[in-house]
Formats: sequence, structure tokens, C-alpha cells
Amino acid sequence: MATQQEILAGLAEIVNEVAGVPADDVQMDKHFIDDLDVDSLSMVEVVVAAEERFGVKIPDDDVKGLATVGDAVAYIEKAGGAA
Amino acid sequence: MLSVGAYRPARVVTNDEVCEHIDSSDQWIRERSGIVTRHHAAPEEDVVDMSVAAAEQALAGSGIAAEQIGCIVLATVTHLWQTPSAAAMVGHRIGATNAAAFDISAACAGFSHGLALADNMIRGGSAEYVLVIGCEKLTDMVSPTDRGTAFIFGDGAGAAVVGPSDIPGIGPVVWGADGSQHEAITQDAPWNALRDGTTDHFPMLAMNGPQVFRWAVFAMTPVCQQALDAAGITVSDLDAFIPHQANLRIVDAMVKRLEIPESVAVARDIVDTGNTSAASIPLAMDRLLESGAAPHGGTALLIGYGAGLSFAAQVVTLP
Repeated sequence: MATQQEILAGLAEIVNEVAGVPADDVQMDKHFIDDLDVDSLSMVEVVVAAEERFGVKIPDDDVKGLATVGDAVAYIEKAGGAA
Repeated sequence: MLSVGAYRPARVVTNDEVCEHIDSSDQWIRERSGIVTRHHAAPEEDVVDMSVAAAEQALAGSGIAAEQIGCIVLATVTHLWQTPSAAAMVGHRIGATNAAAFDISAACAGFSHGLALADNMIRGGSAEYVLVIGCEKLTDMVSPTDRGTAFIFGDGAGAAVVGPSDIPGIGPVVWGADGSQHEAITQDAPWNALRDGTTDHFPMLAMNGPQVFRWAVFAMTPVCQQALDAAGITVSDLDAFIPHQANLRIVDAMVKRLEIPESVAVARDIVDTGNTSAASIPLAMDRLLESGAAPHGGTALLIGYGAGLSFAAQVVTLP
């Protein structure tokens, strides 16, 4: 199971891949839409990549609640722990 | 496929005009979908009118006469008469006096469904020449004030004449449906809700964008590969890739995931034409051929995917 740091680093790579955002900008307090310019369609690609990378499932309904990078990291950590 | 015909309504609508009714911007629409303009049919222009225009062009390019058509398959979700079919009315208008005629409802996958049916009919002997039409007047069913859909959809028609050949020009279809996601793209109330007063507005198209995007990119890309496999070719053998023009970002994601080489012409007609559902594939095909981006007689992969959810993909030889 990945640590918070590992999840954050993995997410940063994914967001960079999908949306071209510099990995260093992907920090816990950053808002996907307002700060990183990652809209809901790009979030779909980020979420699917995260599912594959971290071995978790993130249903569409839950994606709406992932406003910040920190929200996503916490979700993935919790989902990974429950597996 | 012997020929393809296209009809785009005269009125071109810009993003700025769409934004007069929704809180959005030209820049947002371009980033979100790639769309710059779309066409809107005139108020008195309907699915039958647009289909006739596209069909006549396809017929003219086919070298066969209307009387030789054995069947008309018309794919649409915006013919506002439950009956008679739009296909029957089109058949009458173009003089296809010997043709069977019926409509099919497979949304944005309709044209590829129609091509598969035409192929099967000709192989099976039910018809010698089949006219396949994809046509929509989506402006009849899209609310100009719905921020989620107003900018996406447009009107138009595309048609193809399909006929017999010694070498197969239409590959095996890979198709299916996932009715568990029927709510992802749907008319927001049935007609009897309007009759019974349980809805306060004319039924309109409602769509869950992210859900459809996810399905299109991750479930439909493997279908593309299956269609290539069924035809016994790889992406490198293609001259053109013509996916339903739902959203430019879906097209780009499919190209990337399939690793389609730069040598392959990719249909991006959505930029000018918006998402015309069943008409989008034949319109995009016509544009690629007319512009010279794709060669006549070239090999193309088509994939339609949309409400149902339903999908159909096949490799074809371009007319």
C-alpha cells in the first residue's frame, strides 16, 4: 500500500501526463479546477490512470467530491487501505 | 460504399452566439470540446428535408438511379413523428419507388449500425443497393440555455449508397450496447409526460458529460482495436480514422491510445460542424474526401458510440 508521499508523487506524474501541468505544481492544497486548470473531462483521465496505478476504484459519484489534490490523495489512501 | 453525400444547413452559428444564452465563452467551448462553429437547420427544415439533400448528392455520385435502391435505412433520433418513418418519406421524395424503408434509433452510432445492416442485406440478397442515411435536427431537442449541451450539438445529414462488390468494402462490424448506462444520454422526459403535464417543458436532451467521456475513451478505444482485428489490419494500414465527432478531446484521446500514426488522416470535423450524432460520421467522411485529406478507395476505421449506450465500429473502403 502506497504512502501519502508516494500517492502524491504518482498523482503529480499522472496530472502532468494528462493535462501538462508541471508535476511540482501538484501539491496537496491545490484545487484541480481553479489552481491546476484540470477540468472535469481531464479528471476522468486522471481518475482512470489513478485507478490503474494504485489498484483502487473511484466511482463517478465520488469523483465530484475530489476538489483538491489533498482530497484525491486521502481518498486513494483510504481506498487502498480498505482493499 | 459507392458514394457519400453531405448536407450542412446554411446557418453557421458561432460560439459567441451560443454564449448569448449560456454562461460560457468561446475559449471555454474550444478547450472543452474543440468546437468553433456548428450549423443550425432553418425552422421549416426538418430531418426529411436534410436527408433528401444528402441522399440526392450520394445518389448522384453513385452512378445508380433511385429506382435501383432496394432499401433505405435512416438513422436518426430527431424525426419527431413516431410514424411514418423518415426513411419512407425520403424514399417518396427521391423517387426510390422500389425501396423498403425504415428508421433506426442508435443515436450517434446509428450510421455505423446502418452500414452493417446494408452490408448484411446485400450479402444476404435482401437488397442490391442500399441507401444509408444519418441525419439529425438536434436543435429541436437541445435547450439553448443548457450549459452542458447547448454548445455541443448541431444539425446535418450524411448519406452513403452501398452496393455489391467482388471484394468486401465493408469489414465485419463490432457492435453492442450497454443499457445499464441508459441514463447517461437521454431525452429528459418521455412524450407522455408532456401529454399528461408531468413535465413543464418540451423534452430535451440531457447528458452526463464525464460519464460519457469515460466510456468513450476507455471502453470504446478497445472496440476500435477489435474492429481492426476483425478486418485483419493494424492502425498502420489505415488511410483514415473517422470516429463519431462527439468531442475533439475524445478523438485525440482515442488517437493517442490507439497509437495512430501521423500518416493517418483523422476526422476533426467537429471543429466546424459540432456533434451531429448520426450524421457525424458520414459528414466527417465527406469532408476528409472532399478536402483530399483521405484518398478515395482508401481504408478507414469508423466508430459510432452514443446514447443507449450503443456502439458500432467497422473498417471500410472509402468511396
